[in-house]
Amino acid sequence: MSEPSAALNSGARNGGAPNSGARNGGAPNSGARNGGAPNSSALNSRTTHVLAPIVLGVVVVAIWQALAGSGLVEAYLLPSPAAIVGEIVAFAPSMISASGITGLNALIGLVLGTVLGILTAILASVLRIVDGMTAPVVAALSVIPIVALAPVLNTMFGADSQFSRQAIAALASFVPVFINTLRGVRQTLPVHRDLMRVYAASPGEIMRTVTLPTATPFVFTGIRLASSLAVISALVAEYFGGPRGGLGSLIATSAASSAYPRAWGYVVASIVLGLAFYLVTLGLERAATLRRS
Amino acid sequence: MTSADSTPRDAARDAAVTIANVDKTFATREGEVHALKDVSLTVAAGEFVSLIGPSGCGKSTLLRLVADLDQPTAGAVRVFGKPARQARVDQDYGIAFQQSGLLPWRTVRGNIELPLELHRDGPHGADAASRRSRAAELIELVGLGEFAEKYPDQLSGGMQQRVAIARAIAEKPNLLLMDEPFGALDEMTREYLQSELLRIAAETGAAVVFVTHSIPEAVYLSDRVVVMSPRPGRIEAIIDMKLGATEQRTDAIREDVAFFEMVTAVRESLHRGSPPTGSIPARDLAAREGRSA
Repeated sequence: MSEPSAALNSGARNGGAPNSGARNGGAPNSGARNGGAPNSSALNSRTTHVLAPIVLGVVVVAIWQALAGSGLVEAYLLPSPAAIVGEIVAFAPSMISASGITGLNALIGLVLGTVLGILTAILASVLRIVDGMTAPVVAALSVIPIVALAPVLNTMFGADSQFSRQAIAALASFVPVFINTLRGVRQTLPVHRDLMRVYAASPGEIMRTVTLPTATPFVFTGIRLASSLAVISALVAEYFGGPRGGLGSLIATSAASSAYPRAWGYVVASIVLGLAFYLVTLGLERAATLRRS
Repeated sequence: MTSADSTPRDAARDAAVTIANVDKTFATREGEVHALKDVSLTVAAGEFVSLIGPSGCGKSTLLRLVADLDQPTAGAVRVFGKPARQARVDQDYGIAFQQSGLLPWRTVRGNIELPLELHRDGPHGADAASRRSRAAELIELVGLGEFAEKYPDQLSGGMQQRVAIARAIAEKPNLLLMDEPFGALDEMTREYLQSELLRIAAETGAAVVFVTHSIPEAVYLSDRVVVMSPRPGRIEAIIDMKLGATEQRTDAIREDVAFFEMVTAVRESLHRGSPPTGSIPARDLAAREGRSA
């Protein structure tokens, strides 16, 4: 179970501590640069860069397979990779539909949380009183583990509704988007402020032509951070009841019925889903960061 | 020029800028800083006037008062006979700063079109086609024909400043305010842009108020050089340049005896007005530069 729980922990840490998120968000450029174009000098180091993790992965899987096949480790403790792949193939339609259900919940939550986060941050930047009101609420939101709300929201919205999961994903997404957007709308350069004053621009024109474009890379950094949180929250929320069929509920049922290779198969599907969210939002962030040097 | 146009021009001919007994104090943590004391100056229409002096003499502050980016503590600033605020709202001047202040997410053309877009009722703002043709004109004027669709980060510092100048004159203002626009450029680029600026000033017939700390730059460009001294910022001397009309000045003047005589006159005046700048504590200087946040 090490992989999903590790992902969960790191995700919770990201969302739990706004500082770490904000620190990441503080330099959207550096993030893009890290993931970005090959470093000038060495094709050699680039090859190493790509090959090394692949080699490590192959070695780990090989050792895992050998260990599982040797009879030293019980199959229910650690199913072999071959068995897991077999289950993924056998249950492919279910894997895909489960990813679809959880993915849709995460996506709806991410979009809702993002829209709310951006609007609230803009309001907070314009109206000091909103800033004062939201600061403690966001601080509170950022320190509580959002999924802890799952049982409560399940009761509120009914056990047959996906909405409680979407709401949890939205709440989890809201925090990093809000924090990063608020930072972003405060990054306007003094020279741009002077320029807009010279042009006698209205507050709306200033927001549209300077403030929001300046904030855009920060917003997308927030969305990138929120994307993983949205998937994790939507998935974990399924552990607390509600409609079946999502990845979280299928991991739980498979494990409960001792179908460990299948449970691991759904875990692999969750990882793929999380990666897909991350890569898409990373791509958006990179596109938004272009030309903002 | 038709007769309908001539009325505002005639009124403008009297004085582009009138500064009367202006005081400016900034409140800082170490107490009040007297940035300007009893400054009076008149800039005639079409005249090129440089403000020169050591750091902290208030030359940038004075320019910001003319631009209505700051307000005087006492005294009055009038631009084309109107209060500075009204002149700003009416877009009676164009401005360029030491930083080009281009919007990095807009192309060269997009940056030049910015003031035209914001002032739809201005001379060239009415529709996209007229904005585009005006921008094309300006891009040719500053010699950036091939770079219209490039982004600021694809241009050298000198080219960025040329875009900023094109943006400043986009709406054909009769007054151009420039705050060390070439301060961050290398000497070669700087001399080249000085000649370009003279050509543009001659073509547009605009008055220019030009802040610099380079003596040769002030001498080469100006009809009059205003020497300022610090603590408190005040006008030490106003020296007439005798290098011929703006449009007749060429690079050859830089090697002329008259040029060196003017340089000497300005230098002596500068040194009379202020002790060696090394004796001023850096903190003090920073406070005096103090732009109100």
